[in-house]
Amino acid sequence: MLNFFQLILIYSGVYAMMAIGQNCITGYTGMLSLCHAGFFCIGSYATAIMCKTMGLSFWLSLPVAAIAAGIIGFLIGVPTLRLKGDYLCIATLGLGEIIRNVATNINPVGYNSIPRVTLFGYQFASRNKLAFIVLIWVFVLIFYLLFQRLAHSRIGRAMTAVREDEVAAASNGINVTAYKIISFVLGAAVGGVAGCFQTAYTLTVQPASYTFMVSVMVLCTVVLGGMGNGKAVILGAFIIQFISYFPQLTGLTNVIPAQAKQIIFGLILVVMMIWRPQGLLGRDKFRYGDPRTFSERVSDTFRRKGKGGAV
Amino acid sequence: MTLLETKHLTREFGGVIAVNDVDFIVTEGLVTGLIGPNGAGKTTLFNQITGVDKPTSGSIFFDGKEITGLPAWKISRMGIARTFQNIRLYRELTAVENVMMGLHFKVGESPFHNRFQQAIKSYIFASRENREVYSKAMEWLRFFDIDQSAQEFARNLPYGTQRELEIARALAAGPKLLFLDEPAAGMNPAETEHLMHVVDKIRSLGVTVVLIEHDMKLVMNICDQITVLNFGMKIADGTPNEIKKDKAVIEAYLGREEE
Ligand SMILES: Nc1ncnc2c1ncn2[C@@H]1O[C@H](COP(=O)(O)OP(=O)(O)OP(=O)(O)O)[C@@H](O)[C@H]1O
Ligand SMILES: [Mg+2]
Repeated sequence: MLNFFQLILIYSGVYAMMAIGQNCITGYTGMLSLCHAGFFCIGSYATAIMCKTMGLSFWLSLPVAAIAAGIIGFLIGVPTLRLKGDYLCIATLGLGEIIRNVATNINPVGYNSIPRVTLFGYQFASRNKLAFIVLIWVFVLIFYLLFQRLAHSRIGRAMTAVREDEVAAASNGINVTAYKIISFVLGAAVGGVAGCFQTAYTLTVQPASYTFMVSVMVLCTVVLGGMGNGKAVILGAFIIQFISYFPQLTGLTNVIPAQAKQIIFGLILVVMMIWRPQGLLGRDKFRYGDPRTFSERVSDTFRRKGKGGAV
Repeated sequence: MTLLETKHLTREFGGVIAVNDVDFIVTEGLVTGLIGPNGAGKTTLFNQITGVDKPTSGSIFFDGKEITGLPAWKISRMGIARTFQNIRLYRELTAVENVMMGLHFKVGESPFHNRFQQAIKSYIFASRENREVYSKAMEWLRFFDIDQSAQEFARNLPYGTQRELEIARALAAGPKLLFLDEPAAGMNPAETEHLMHVVDKIRSLGVTVVLIEHDMKLVMNICDQITVLNFGMKIADGTPNEIKKDKAVIEAYLGREEE
């Protein structure tokens, strides 16, 4: 039971990282893309190939995975990002599957016994889950901070404008296409890095683990937590992984069929879209890091009270 | 001095010629009215000029440079701002955030840095830049006297305030030329009265204004120059007094209005 709890912490770290990327694409910029499994796959393969076949360090595979996923994101993004809503969703879904198929063709059986990650002589063995929890969550924290800052910067503001109204954004001098591509590439890059950690933990890579279902889970994570809200997305990752491992956690694997979680994820998506499209936590009130000074904050509070609490 | 000029501007939608061979001239410093019956092609003309849509043929010159077919974001950076007939605010953002978007290229861009350097700079100095953008946006809200609504979501604002907010957002970009598409539509008489003061304020900033409007009293009161469209064609232009007397205009438009 503790074992599964630790497992949940590890996988929610990996999914939190992916969700940070998906959040950049869907939450900040409003593009409904469904190919994070593809970027995840690229990252996993990058680590597998570099560590196993080439004998290079895991740490070197991190930037390579990020760049490779970013480049593929760019190649996917340029032709598809002109599409809107459902069309973008379907196009990216197809391209995500193509990435998996290419991976299958490169090596249909995948990779096994990939060398372990070492840091200053310390070896991260899969048995030692605690070490992995620390390793992965340190990186989740780093990416969380980097993307939080992005959201609160001029770039993030422009992405928000694009999400809210493309025509108005363009009329405000915002290069809509450029910001969509930036957002897509950055989101793809983190997805790639998440793949590296997946490989580092499992030490095996199989093309079958990068299906469309992974993309759905990542999207589900973002929708459940709250689109555009960095903290919410991490909360979402916990919940989704908890649901995923619920049968193992409670020892009910014989009672609850494995397909149940897919049904639950589908339900979560539908229910959230209908009843709480803003997600569990909703959006940050001050997306731009509350730029008011302390005195402005105080005076705003009083003014609002004076008006009878209307926000 | 001519600030904006269209030459033989035409836009066809399938069989419909929404704008037909229009030569439209905007003189710097004046308030120009664009009037015409419903479906005359006024909004379509705005859309061609501001780059929201591309013309079928003809050309557009702004400030001595040709801008025909440029994307909207480039045109807006050259100094043309606009509002929309059916308000296009960022509805899920607060009033002040809306104006912050209008400041997109006013703060955080300098001619000494390339795009990449600018992005890195904006990323590193994000909070300082935010404070600057925020306080400038608040100044614009105060200018229109709507700063008490700064933290409210745009979608929750009263209609008249939404219109003003959209104008504030457009002006925040520091344009030379401002297009207002039916700013008084849906306003009550008091709000319309207030709008006249707003237009005066904009004029006092030295911004040239073009406005589409159906309210004849408003148009005749605040415009220095009027252009009339009908079925996509320009049928007249001149001062309000000339337009009032123009036969073609009376026939196409005013005659029906005054009955
Ligand atoms: N995107 C479009 N596709 C097809 N036809 C269009 C499109 N936009 C405008 N039209 C047509 O072009 C003509 C002019 O429309 P436009 O909106 O410019 O008129 P308007 O003068 O702004 O009218 P109103 O006073 O009602 O706003 C109309 O016949 C309209 O149906
Ligand atoms: Mg119109």
